Amino acid sequence: MASNLLLPEFRVDRDEERCIACQVCVRQCANDVHIYDEEEDRVYSDESRCVGCHRCVTLCPIQAFTVRCHPLDFRPNANWTPQAITDIFKQAETGGVLLTGMGCDRPYPIYFDHILLNASQVTNPTIDPLREPMELRTYLGRKPDRVEVTLTAQEVEMKTKLAPQLTLETPILFSAMSYGSISYNACLSLARAARECSILYNTGEGGLHRSLYEYGPYTIAQLASGRFGVHPEYLQVAAALEIRIGQGARPGIGGHLPGEKVPAEISQTRMIPQGTDALSPAPHHDIYSIEDLRQLIYALKEATNYTKPVSVKIAAVHNVAPIASDMVRAGADIIAIDGLRGGTGAAPSVIRNNVGIPIELAFAAVDAGLRAEGIRHQASVVAAGSIRNSADVVKVIALGADAVYIGTGALVALGCHLCQKCYTGKCNWGIATQDPYLTKRLNPNIGTRRLTNLIHAWSLEIKEMLGGTGINAIESLRGNRDHLRGVGLNEVQLRTLGIKAAGEA
Amino acid sequence: MRYVIIGNSAAAVGAIEAIRRYDQDNPITLIADEPHPTYSRPLITYLLGGLVSEERMLYRPPDFYQQYEVEPMLRVWVVQVEPQERELTLAGGGTLSYDKLLISTGGVPFVPSVPGGDLEGIFTFTRWDDARRMRHFIEAYGVQRALVVGGGFIGLKTTEGLLAQGIRVTIIELADGILSASFDRTASHLAEAILRREGVEVRTGTTVQEIIGRVGKVGHVILQEGERLECDLLVFAIGVRPNTALVSQEAGIATNRGILVDDQMRTTAPDVYAAGDVVEALDMLLGVRRTIAIWPLAYRQGYVAGCNMAGAEREYEGGLPMNSVEVCGVPTEMVGTPTLRRRGTKSWRSSTGRRWRTRSWCCGTSGWWGPSSSATLTGRVFTPA
Amino acid sequence: MKRIYVNEEYCIGCRLCEIHCLVQHSRSKKIIKAFKEEMPRALPRVLVEEEGALSFAMQCRHCAEAPCIKACITVAIHRDDLTGAILCDEEKCVGCWMCIMVCPFGAIRRNVEGRKAISKCDLCYVEETPVCVAHCPNEALVYEEREV
Repeated sequence: MASNLLLPEFRVDRDEERCIACQVCVRQCANDVHIYDEEEDRVYSDESRCVGCHRCVTLCPIQAFTVRCHPLDFRPNANWTPQAITDIFKQAETGGVLLTGMGCDRPYPIYFDHILLNASQVTNPTIDPLREPMELRTYLGRKPDRVEVTLTAQEVEMKTKLAPQLTLETPILFSAMSYGSISYNACLSLARAARECSILYNTGEGGLHRSLYEYGPYTIAQLASGRFGVHPEYLQVAAALEIRIGQGARPGIGGHLPGEKVPAEISQTRMIPQGTDALSPAPHHDIYSIEDLRQLIYALKEATNYTKPVSVKIAAVHNVAPIASDMVRAGADIIAIDGLRGGTGAAPSVIRNNVGIPIELAFAAVDAGLRAEGIRHQASVVAAGSIRNSADVVKVIALGADAVYIGTGALVALGCHLCQKCYTGKCNWGIATQDPYLTKRLNPNIGTRRLTNLIHAWSLEIKEMLGGTGINAIESLRGNRDHLRGVGLNEVQLRTLGIKAAGEA
Repeated sequence: MRYVIIGNSAAAVGAIEAIRRYDQDNPITLIADEPHPTYSRPLITYLLGGLVSEERMLYRPPDFYQQYEVEPMLRVWVVQVEPQERELTLAGGGTLSYDKLLISTGGVPFVPSVPGGDLEGIFTFTRWDDARRMRHFIEAYGVQRALVVGGGFIGLKTTEGLLAQGIRVTIIELADGILSASFDRTASHLAEAILRREGVEVRTGTTVQEIIGRVGKVGHVILQEGERLECDLLVFAIGVRPNTALVSQEAGIATNRGILVDDQMRTTAPDVYAAGDVVEALDMLLGVRRTIAIWPLAYRQGYVAGCNMAGAEREYEGGLPMNSVEVCGVPTEMVGTPTLRRRGTKSWRSSTGRRWRTRSWCCGTSGWWGPSSSATLTGRVFTPA
Repeated sequence: MKRIYVNEEYCIGCRLCEIHCLVQHSRSKKIIKAFKEEMPRALPRVLVEEEGALSFAMQCRHCAEAPCIKACITVAIHRDDLTGAILCDEEKCVGCWMCIMVCPFGAIRRNVEGRKAISKCDLCYVEETPVCVAHCPNEALVYEEREV
């Protein structure tokens, strides 16, 4: 049998003096990298299967080993990188589409890292978030053109009827991750954390497990092109509905859940046969034009009696601004834009790495476009696609976002180490798997706690940054591009982002 | 209201501790023929071998009777129980009346009638004083060779105690294997091999026909087939039978080989309870009533009896025939009755140096056997607490 | 009285509880020495039972009505007044192994360190939290009071 030319990606460096052959690593590796030799009473490693998830290293009671990149060097070639070469090895071997997980990992420019924030000094006092009230509360939904009120001696009463709104105590939501791509325990952790933090989480395209209905008020129910798990109760239980046209990780194609990740529970929730691949079609087969989208939006509104906001999610592509404008005019109450770096459970790596545009540029364009048309208030716009820290949140809000979706960030809080092997269903951290032996590893009590901690931590940091800018309400930051400056960006980029260069007053 | 307990071992202590849990006021009288405060009978073989000292024999602290307000009457023999009069007839003429009675007289060693059985140097081994007397005899006469008649638990532990004193031992067993009531064939052979390794001679399928003396003490024996074996000491360890001498069918206390009791340890006579090696109580494996003479069951039966005597209803869920014995450094445990081929019974054996890891389900109970990662131990048994 | 309870839905079968229990009851209490230098190795008092995806750590339950106490012929096994834990006085234990036989959970083992005595969970009575609980990476083991 011909050699497949593939070499290990990682190497395990074990200190034999420290290793006590306790076999924790042997038991914990879902890829059977570590093996115990009973005769010699020692553990050795078959690194060909190592994916670099660090589960073993984290649990080793004695830190006896570490995992490094395999040191095999090709002759330096800036064009034919090792990745390019090994991708061809794999395709020559399998003849198939190369799959991958999580978000684009190529070194395209990260505009967040070229944007800097302002702080007030002297002319404008800063605000101390520990001593003065700060408002991070955000309302997502269609805002009225004008507000009419009646004034009496005692109170102010609203005459204008508001469209349904979602209330978030902080402008962060958990992004759409389907039950199927992630485990039940992960979904439960997200749902509970959403409730604890008074924000929302998104079901993704996998439908909603019945036992999670109690978290309905904190749930956004998604309808993707496969329409998995969509039935009347699903629509009624949630706080809002989302039509997913596209996803940042794979714009233009539908979702992919391999058959290995479709056991009984998934089969029931998604309403598909057990063990079959769940492949969502590329388009929604009932949305071929903007009029079709409008029809579906209103069908959903009718079905829920106009009590819930309807959101539409698209991937950030070249003409994202006109598309967003169309969606708003089609009746969407909320728009979600998912950038190039958005994550996924499974996608062809060539699409994940080469299709779409970064969220920062996309967002700036969408926000500017909607404002220019005077319809910015008709929908809330949510940014997604690798929001990595609270500074990214503040920056994208300053660029115009109402709120952000975090996906990868939430999974990292749960333990993900970004080994990008989600599609194998062997997630050692119990997140992107349905194997009951592995899903136990994510204790929802711990998961909820970690997610809640993350949201709290970021909220505090956001308040600190706001306070430093002299602002005490997130609403005042929204679209306030004057608080941003670019560094290391050229004129075109600055213009697209709509921000000045650092140094300009 | 007076509680009276005949007996001073595990069942009696269990009863006292149960009674006092529910009734701290009424008096308890305890009658026993042995002169010692309650002691751990299984330790007598350790005492013989010098592995424990006399101080460690006590089962409860010396002030136990005081603490629990029990009046002990030691060195007193009960001749007869009269359930109609609620009275005990004591040796020497006295009587004692009771309101609630517990009979926990344990077992008496089975002594076959063999010619020469009255020679010196012949012992049974069920009591502290047996151990003392044997030790004195061994020291006094420099015993070098001993014969243990009976290859059951007591026989084996006795052998161990004798080996510890540098005495050569031969075991005579009537069945075709030692521990035949507990071990199956394989385990029995294993145990035999271990004993042989220690220099013990094991003779199965035979028994002692006659004992011949020398200068008034035991000198040699003649076996069934006529063979002659020298010995300076002989121990009958054939078995115990329930000590039911003081009860009679006519008096209204039904017995079989032992005293029959129900699930609340009541005998057929009102307010008369029985517990321990003297009773036939429920064997949860076979579903019949029979004597299972082991320490933990005796305590539990006594405890259940005591609860019921004090008015707190308790049921005895039944006992499992099981025992543990260390054969010359090799620990063994058994459960079940291998001689009766019933579903679910299995005997266990273990041996050093080999891993035995097995699982099995025991019928009739919700118990389970746990696997062991230790190299020697093989199984454990579930009994309701 | 606090006891150790296990939530089997979170036990991942890593056996770190066994490892830390062993170290706690070793002579040196240092993990490398306990595993590589001490011979015979100390015994962990907790054992993870596993079948398929189901696993849970099992140790002495410190039963309210303990069969082992009733079975002990030398009264070596007794209850500690402070914690309610069931402990064995190794000076008194003669190694008759009755307790091993009667324990319904199979939680007692023979001590292999040369002394004839038993080995079982002692609730780490010198520590504030038993080490198995403290080191369980998925919070499957908890140390708490529960109504029974």
